Amino acid sequence: MTDTTDTTPATPKPDVPKMITGRFEYADSHTLARYQATHGYDGLRKALAMGPEAVSNEVKAASLLGRGGAGFPAGVKWGFCPPDVWPRYLVVNGDESEPGTYKDRLLMERDPHQLIEGVLLCAYAVGCAQAFLYVRGEMAHAQERIAQALNEAYAAGLVGKNILGSNFSCDVILHWGAGAYIVGEETALIESLEGNRGMPRLKPPYFPAAKGLYMQPTIVNNVETLANLPWIVRNGADAYTAYGAENSRGTRMFAVSGHVKKPGVYEVEFGTTTFRDLIYGHCGGIRGSNSLKAFIPGGASAPWFYDEHLDLPLEKAAVDNAGSMLGSGAIVVMDDTTDAVKAAWRVVRFFARESCGKCTPCREGTNWLEKILRRMLDGHGRPEDMALLLDLCDNISPAIAWPPKQTTICPLGPSAVSPIASAIVRFQDEFVAYCGGGEIPTSVQITGAAYVPPEGASAGV
Amino acid sequence: MSEQTETTVKITIDGVEVDAHPDELVIAAAERTGTYIPRFCWHPRMNPVGMCRMCIVEIDAGRGPALQPSCMIPVSEGMSVVTDSDVTKKAQDGVLEFLLANHPLDCPVCDKGGECPLQDQAYAYGPGESRFVEEKRHFEKPIPISDLVDLDRERCILCDRCTRFADEVAGDPLIHFIDRGSQTQVNTFPDEPFASYFSGNTVQICPVGALTAQPYRFKARPWDLDQVESTCTSCAVGCRVVVQASRNEVLRTQGVDIDGVNWSWLCDKGRFDFQSIHAEERLSEPLVREGDGHARTSWAAALKRAAGAVSDALDSTGPSGIGVVGGARLTNEAAYAWAKLAKGVIGTDNVDCQLGDGLPAEAVLGLPRATIDEACRPGGTIVVVGTDVKEELPVLYLRLRHAVVEDGATLIEIVPEATGLSGLAAHTLTYAPGGAGAVARPLVSDQPVAAGGIEAESIASAAAAIGDGPVSVVLGRGNVAESADAIVAAAGALRDGIDDVRFLSALRRGNVHGALDAGLAPGILPGRVGLDAGRSHFHETWSTVPSDAGLDATGILRAAADGKLDVLVLLGADPLTDFPDHDLATRALAGARTVIAVDTTLTDSVRKADVVLPATGYAETEGTTTNIEGRVSRLSPKVTPPGTARADWIIAAELAFRLGDDLRVESVADVFGELTTISAVHQGLTMDDVGVDGVVVPVPVVPAEPEPAVAPEEDTAEDADTASGDDTDTDTDTDDDTDTDEAGSVEPGYAGPDVGAGIDLRTTSYEIPQPDGYRLRLVTTRALYDLGTSTQTSPSLAKLPAGAVLRMHPHDFDRLGIEAGGMVAVSNTEGGRGSITVPVEASAGVPRGAASIAYAQPGGTTNLLIDADRPVTDVRVEVARA
Repeated sequence: MTDTTDTTPATPKPDVPKMITGRFEYADSHTLARYQATHGYDGLRKALAMGPEAVSNEVKAASLLGRGGAGFPAGVKWGFCPPDVWPRYLVVNGDESEPGTYKDRLLMERDPHQLIEGVLLCAYAVGCAQAFLYVRGEMAHAQERIAQALNEAYAAGLVGKNILGSNFSCDVILHWGAGAYIVGEETALIESLEGNRGMPRLKPPYFPAAKGLYMQPTIVNNVETLANLPWIVRNGADAYTAYGAENSRGTRMFAVSGHVKKPGVYEVEFGTTTFRDLIYGHCGGIRGSNSLKAFIPGGASAPWFYDEHLDLPLEKAAVDNAGSMLGSGAIVVMDDTTDAVKAAWRVVRFFARESCGKCTPCREGTNWLEKILRRMLDGHGRPEDMALLLDLCDNISPAIAWPPKQTTICPLGPSAVSPIASAIVRFQDEFVAYCGGGEIPTSVQITGAAYVPPEGASAGV
Repeated sequence: MSEQTETTVKITIDGVEVDAHPDELVIAAAERTGTYIPRFCWHPRMNPVGMCRMCIVEIDAGRGPALQPSCMIPVSEGMSVVTDSDVTKKAQDGVLEFLLANHPLDCPVCDKGGECPLQDQAYAYGPGESRFVEEKRHFEKPIPISDLVDLDRERCILCDRCTRFADEVAGDPLIHFIDRGSQTQVNTFPDEPFASYFSGNTVQICPVGALTAQPYRFKARPWDLDQVESTCTSCAVGCRVVVQASRNEVLRTQGVDIDGVNWSWLCDKGRFDFQSIHAEERLSEPLVREGDGHARTSWAAALKRAAGAVSDALDSTGPSGIGVVGGARLTNEAAYAWAKLAKGVIGTDNVDCQLGDGLPAEAVLGLPRATIDEACRPGGTIVVVGTDVKEELPVLYLRLRHAVVEDGATLIEIVPEATGLSGLAAHTLTYAPGGAGAVARPLVSDQPVAAGGIEAESIASAAAAIGDGPVSVVLGRGNVAESADAIVAAAGALRDGIDDVRFLSALRRGNVHGALDAGLAPGILPGRVGLDAGRSHFHETWSTVPSDAGLDATGILRAAADGKLDVLVLLGADPLTDFPDHDLATRALAGARTVIAVDTTLTDSVRKADVVLPATGYAETEGTTTNIEGRVSRLSPKVTPPGTARADWIIAAELAFRLGDDLRVESVADVFGELTTISAVHQGLTMDDVGVDGVVVPVPVVPAEPEPAVAPEEDTAEDADTASGDDTDTDTDTDDDTDTDEAGSVEPGYAGPDVGAGIDLRTTSYEIPQPDGYRLRLVTTRALYDLGTSTQTSPSLAKLPAGAVLRMHPHDFDRLGIEAGGMVAVSNTEGGRGSITVPVEASAGVPRGAASIAYAQPGGTTNLLIDADRPVTDVRVEVARA
């Protein structure tokens, strides 16, 4: 772990290679020609000579953490498939939709062959003859690029039957999503892939590694996770683990957005780089001459961070211990011009709209939270609304703890709780300011005769 | 299956240790041991989804307590469940408040109010007032999602019960969630209604008032309803129901969950045809012919007239001058009373409870029988012969579907046209009309050959799919244009060719199996015994017993048409609609000197009768009924019959009295008592045995010493094999001795013949003529909704028959110069029958060279085309002239 007491803006370490974004500088980075000219498919060739078990061990030795959000070691995950149950499937989660996250999109658009090679390496190691590449519905450009790349790869004998003349055969099927955030959750993605409505399955019993796609053992990996495989296999686990921190090896992509001078995706050394390095170094600091108010460290679901967290390393355990999560690597920066209540409402609205509708607390709770915040913003907040907000949050995510407990199947409901819980504690004065509205005027009611509380009524149970 | 022998799992619920079954869900184990966990989405007959979150409780399976949905978590040894902690209560209260946030509080005008789980739980657990002050969600309300069901999306709490039922249970995934978040709603796909035969079940399982049935909507409040449990007699599955009435009017029928039969499900016909109870067409007074019409008369006059006609016939022609057709509508007791009247008083054996559209009594009573549960055994093979179970016995379809989809049973079909089950079948052999027997023979032989228009390879692969597990045959006759002999031949071949095979009858009429068990068929006596085998036994109680086997329905009608029948009794039969050959039925009603109709409703045939005796019907009559598997279950009256209508058994007793005899019965209990004394199959049966779930007869007598469990099975196999030496009349006394399996049920004190004595499957030789190339061979199928009386006199069902449409194989169109979608004239004028004009469509499920139409549909009834004397009916199909 690096020295986290360093408060001066750090500069990027010059010797860290761009393991997965190295080809982004080429205009034709998405073509097979460019890919092959830059070590493309060398990892696959090497893997076919090594054998599946050696590949699996190499990845395990590299301790590659999943890049989707949960940060589970990929090699370990592969080992969860029950032995002797066939067929097994590989599903690639390219349904990147967490607000602020756009790293997988770039990987798919700019370097689709790297992803395909990663898919093949995983399929080879795990023993899958079919891999499904689930790409978010809105990412038309990425879909086209991958389709093009797959066509090239099939024509070159890199995908399909007897890949590179070996006895390894694997088909890669490109599937387009239909535009639902929840499908980023792996069991909902599997439902969607099966042709059903994207709704999460309960774990247990539906752990994908045991009962996944078509109830068969299924590995679900994120795009960025798989994109790391070619480099790892080509250069070896030792070369990979030379970078990064103890439990966070290699490099990782972070998508920074919001009130910074140079928002964008940055591949940085994992676990050693700090938030300050990223925000004030790579991104050039806060826009204008403003100061930092808060930032979301790992996608919209994550509790917010503030000034005092800037020197935390971009490392799973450190961020977890500080009460948030690194998640999908989306950092959203808010400067001091930001209205905390409005920001919270904005995030909650997203979750209310994207709730799949399955679990009552999430479906009804996120909608209710959104309506209360909207009402406050409209100038009709009541003093009791803050307690109400927190109690509703508690009913979705009991005790509002971190990591969250939940009354729902998947963490989407609790995700809407995080920003409110964060903002209400840190910026209580802003909320209080919105809560002086007293009685709700009837003009808020659209139609009908909804309940209007009498003056002075408490919002108690 | 054999959980009894497995060890139990010990879990702790609220500090009390209880035994749970392995694999049991926490919510079920808790309920069984007395702790009710509130729930909305969980339903014991469907897979859990963990959607409503109402049942979350703290469960500790070794890793510390955590809130978990108890409907999704199976029990495990040492598990601790806490249902009453503060954490659990807070979570459940929270869920309830969330559910109510968008739920309209229109309970005072909601059908569900008073029996609403959401209302009940809000009262039991919820806070008094809502903290939700914003506008509730709004949808157009209500919207019809089918012809029978309305949906109010504002009331819906999105529990996934109806949508799961449609997909998982009914196999009609026509309703689904659309949109998301708080705008999530249940709806149909655009322009595709929820046209399921089982849509009414969604209303029954809806935990709020979101789904309402049009026949019941705004008709009553739950607290106004009074109810009895009874058995549905719309078809022969025998689903248990509650009949709910208010002010002497039946308003609703709901399914009751019994393990052996319907699992709480009903088909829409069974659920909604209670409307026919109060139809205008119900007969309320006796009628006698007066010119072209009927005149009202007294019971005394009508009975005198009827008895006089019978006496005259006995004097002039003898017992053979009288024929009784029908009886499947009757209770077991009434069927026995009528069998005793016809065979034991009048002495005629011209008695048939079927209408030429079923199977000979021997094909139902003379084969080793399976119960529904036995046919649906996990891992078994089910061979469906001749029928579309979805159309004829809808709830049996649900059971078979469950066996195939959930329990891994293999389904093979030998059917005249692809059916509602074909999508689930491993193999569907659609034979050319008349070819059922021809296909069955090679199917069970070592060397499959082409037969019945089906290639040898198809038969061979179907034969290979017959598993090593138990094999059950569901035997029916959907195609009435094909001789029953073909189905009987198939049954014989399957019985002879498959070890331990058992048969489940798929005859569809309400109590046809009870009527057969009561002896309402030629050549048999009550209790599944043959006329000769039971003669001496019945002579002890009855005044007489017919000397010779009589005629079946076709024979009776033919005799009537030929002027050889003095009295034709229609016992709830409507031959003009239901007998496959309308021409013969018309001539029969005209040719019989006196037609006596005992019926509930004024049907076409009743209009032709000389004497009409009004009978009590469903929900008005006490007694028992018997389903396809031989399960006797209770029928309970709920409302009074119209006018002076009398129970069928009373009518029989009155006629016997006027014929100078006496049935010696004064109550239903008397008839039941005599039946259970005299009948081999019912003997020893008590109403306690019948209980709530009914009981399959004959009830096995528990042997004094337990026998090895396998032994009776082997006996049965030998039994079947012995009996299968069916070279017609090799039937000797030894046959009785081989019926050891059934004989085990005979109690000491009963001295009559054993069950099945003298009843053997007779395979009659029949010849299918070569098709002539110009005509197509007719297939008739059954549709659930047709021109039958109960459907047509139920206003909500009367509009549902799809109408007659001719279906032909796509390859036959060009050859005949016909275009799909056009109108065609279908005629059998060469055969001396009529012609109908109907639209035509292509269907690959119809065998080539065949033309298929559903029976008794508006727009063209196939009974105009069929000649009952021929094994198959060929029709000419031509473009209709405008």
